[in-house]
Amino acid sequence: MTAIEGKQLKLSEIKELLHAKIFAGEDKLDITAKAGTASDLMSDMLTGKTGGVVLLTGLCNVQVIRTAVIADVAAVILVRGKRPTQEMIDQAREHRLPLFSTPFTMFTSCGRLCAKGLRGVEEKPPAPAVPPYGC
Amino acid sequence: MKPGGLLKKYSIKPRDFVKAGEGSIRIQKFLKFIGFDAGLIRRISICAYEAEMNVVMHGGDGEMSMLVDPKEIVLEVADDGPGIPDIGLALQEGYSTASPEHREMGFGAGMGLPNIKKNADSLDIHSGNGQGVHLTMCFEVKTR
Repeated sequence: MTAIEGKQLKLSEIKELLHAKIFAGEDKLDITAKAGTASDLMSDMLTGKTGGVVLLTGLCNVQVIRTAVIADVAAVILVRGKRPTQEMIDQAREHRLPLFSTPFTMFTSCGRLCAKGLRGVEEKPPAPAVPPYGC
Repeated sequence: MKPGGLLKKYSIKPRDFVKAGEGSIRIQKFLKFIGFDAGLIRRISICAYEAEMNVVMHGGDGEMSMLVDPKEIVLEVADDGPGIPDIGLALQEGYSTASPEHREMGFGAGMGLPNIKKNADSLDIHSGNGQGVHLTMCFEVKTR
């Protein structure tokens, strides 16, 4: 599944844009993320469109790592400077999943990546809303 | 279950969040090792994980088994927990009986069974009050 008119970003570029610290996957900075997604709900990560995308989340527990492995994401980025537990780091290393932490909030992180051309997981652009909006 | 094919079994312990999801990851790795289509692996892994997490969160002692056959992969997840009193309700998107603890971890959005239904080629649910849950999920292997 390809992102719409998007630009793929290398993990090294994403790391730089988000001033991120890396906790696992130092050897995978050359791989590209084909899109981005952000959620604090595990079910959103498992909706079937997240393969090869970078996942931003405010959740910080070992299940995020397992969910990300199952969802086959390219990397996990913890927002708001959350530090992964040792267990999370060990799991990420075991499953060769790049794991980062950024000091930015979820909103700012998404904005910075979008501004550089990374797109969401939508397969096609949603139809524009037609005014009036009912207000 | 049909004779022949490769059978894999993993046990699931209720409330064991430390190990929760490990069986599904092993299933995913095994399918990748055999070299199935990525989309098929993805659908099976997601179903296995959703079902495994359901047992960990709501069920009793459980077991996950996968029978790999050249034409079909059958995934079964069964537990001896309290069961699902109303299966129709549990299949509705957003219906959830998750605890605040589950929600804190990011689960409990009421998308588990609906997501399994979406991803499996067929889903069979056997349950009832106090009867545990037995899920049978089938996935067709399409030859390229």
